[in-house]
Amino acid sequence: MPIQPSSTHDVSEALAANGYLADEGLATAVFLSLSLGRPLFLEGEAGVGKTELAKTIARWQDAELIRLQCYEGIDASQAVYDWDYSRQLLHLRAAEASGEASRSGTEALEGQLYDERFLLKRAILRAIDQADGKRPVLLIDEIDRADDEFEAYLLEVLSDFQVTVPEIGTFKAATPPIVILTSNRTRDVHDALKRRCLYHWVEHPTFDREVAIVQLRVPEAGEVLARQVAGAVEALRGISLYKPPGVAETIDWATALGRLGVTQIDETVVEQTLGTVLKYREDQSRVRDHGIGAIVQQAFDRGLLHG
Amino acid sequence: MSHTVESSADQLAVGFARVLRSLEIPAPLDSVLTFMNALALVGVTDRSAVYWAGRSTLVRRPEDISAYDKAFAVFWEHRESVALPEEDTQSVTVALDTEEEGSDGGEADASDEPTITVRFSGVETLREKDFADYSDDEMRQAQQFMETLRVAGTPRPSLRTLPTRFRGRRPDMRRTVRASLAAAGEPMRRHWTTPGTKPRRIVFLLDVSGSMEPYARALVRFVHAGVAGRQRVEAFTLGTRLTRVTRELSSKDPDRALRATGEQVHDWSGGTRLGETMRLFNDQWGVRGMARGAIVVILSDGWDRGDPEVLAEQMARLQRVAFRVVWVNPLKVTPGYAPLARGMAAALPFVDNFVEGHSLDALEHLTRVINHA
Ligand SMILES: Nc1ncnc2c1ncn2[C@@H]1O[C@H](COP(=O)(O)OP(=O)(O)OP(=O)(O)O)[C@@H](O)[C@H]1O
Ligand SMILES: [Mg+2]
Repeated sequence: MPIQPSSTHDVSEALAANGYLADEGLATAVFLSLSLGRPLFLEGEAGVGKTELAKTIARWQDAELIRLQCYEGIDASQAVYDWDYSRQLLHLRAAEASGEASRSGTEALEGQLYDERFLLKRAILRAIDQADGKRPVLLIDEIDRADDEFEAYLLEVLSDFQVTVPEIGTFKAATPPIVILTSNRTRDVHDALKRRCLYHWVEHPTFDREVAIVQLRVPEAGEVLARQVAGAVEALRGISLYKPPGVAETIDWATALGRLGVTQIDETVVEQTLGTVLKYREDQSRVRDHGIGAIVQQAFDRGLLHG
Repeated sequence: MSHTVESSADQLAVGFARVLRSLEIPAPLDSVLTFMNALALVGVTDRSAVYWAGRSTLVRRPEDISAYDKAFAVFWEHRESVALPEEDTQSVTVALDTEEEGSDGGEADASDEPTITVRFSGVETLREKDFADYSDDEMRQAQQFMETLRVAGTPRPSLRTLPTRFRGRRPDMRRTVRASLAAAGEPMRRHWTTPGTKPRRIVFLLDVSGSMEPYARALVRFVHAGVAGRQRVEAFTLGTRLTRVTRELSSKDPDRALRATGEQVHDWSGGTRLGETMRLFNDQWGVRGMARGAIVVILSDGWDRGDPEVLAEQMARLQRVAFRVVWVNPLKVTPGYAPLARGMAAALPFVDNFVEGHSLDALEHLTRVINHA
């Protein structure tokens, strides 16, 4: 059964209990999305936790997560439904062989072929065609990679949550799914689609939140290390890099350091593990030019436990 | 007036949306309605809850966040002083004004301190309000709403397929079945299709004659929203002559599009020769190809000074080639209207959908009719 939170606070608590620390803005957007039954559109840089939020909501709601990964050229046959041609052909051959084909005629044979049992339901149709009372989470990931036509199609689906298969009829969601769309903003998604949704621009977490995330996800890292890692990442985001580290990188880094048995960072370990937090060689050399010492210094200042 | 301001969250929402618009954040009606619903859920007493309710319903681009923050600070933090506009110690004064007067929707004053004039009009009632009663400002708001109405012969890539000579991605089961039955005994030859992505063409025919005057200025905006930036949508005006305005309306900038259209159309608010102009359309464009398989949308009150027989004949020709003929009549709801318009009566038997067109709600319904045609 879907869980209907009664406040933003409820949402924050529930997400935290499921391993995700949301700030007030994101928690409000989730609360409104669930309460108003509107899709949630999350936009932001790589690794800020967009995809993870959808997964967490599914876990919290004890709902099935249906993920549609978008890419250039994605169309309805991959996103909505397709016919299972090889099975249709097999059926046709069998009908020919048994002589049933010529006996029952073209129309009847066609009717058999376009039956629901030969229908391949893809993510969108699966999200709509659910048993009563089930409310899956439909994650439409990286919509910015799909093209305009697909957006236009999505806009329609997200307005009435129904899909028509001409040969069979119309599927309509008994309960509309919880829909989350994400975009890295490699291009602007059409405003009409965004208007259908609640919108949240996901930022990198604040220092305190990032420390809390590290402590939650990498409990083996001590508090000092967690603060230092978050501080170093914060410093790295301040230098202009091709790909500033996201939360994913912060977690990876803390995990790697924890595994090395490090309790405090220093220039040597940062130098050794820089690859876990910066994925591009250019970014790594940029940081070396900037000076690893400066990063470590900033991390240390942040790492201090006040009070 | 202060009572009005404090009493209703909805009015606050509308007022705030006006401030946003003055800072160039588009706050279309549907978003403002969502904001109201959001406020109903989070309340209006907790400032940061209100802030985030607005952020998630009214802002859709990170570039707009700083302008939103500014508007929020002005509007929500000086809410009390709003009721007392004389006390303008702030750098920005928000003047609330419930009267319908003038046509300026909030421009800067002569002084260098910007004054944002906020006028209320119930957003919900605007949806049902008759276009004929619109102020200029309401017309502008309505335009934003219309832009969200996507009339679309939306391509449905997998739903419509075209046969192909090449081995495509998907077998064409229908042709395979037919061929295999026809060739009884021969080995089965597989046919293939590729997904066809052509949307149906939509053709708008907008009556701009004198009797349509109160509605044409709203409906031309609707047509613009349909044409702009889209292929396979055509637009013509009908008056004493026929004018193709597809190119003029295709500019995404509504002001420019409307200006260009105004310059192109010479019979705006003139007489009507509906039957005759329909004949011109059929002869020059429609029956020749443009209307074939298309969804043809006629926006007209059906008043015709000419012979109704001519109109009936032309409608019949049109219906034979079109996929669907939709007639949008802004006077449909007007009591006592129906029996009077002879042209309308003559045309009706050839119309697939006869719908209203006097309000935003009606146009929203129309969009649905077109998209599901
Ligand atoms: N607020 C958070 N609380 C807990 N974990 C988080 C949070 N934000 C991000 N993470 C973690 O960061 C990692 C990256 O998140 P995710 O993959 O969701 O990012 P994304 O925004 O979808 O990035 P991309 O654009 O690259 O797909 C995940 O492992 C996730 O667990
Ligand atoms: Mg992701």
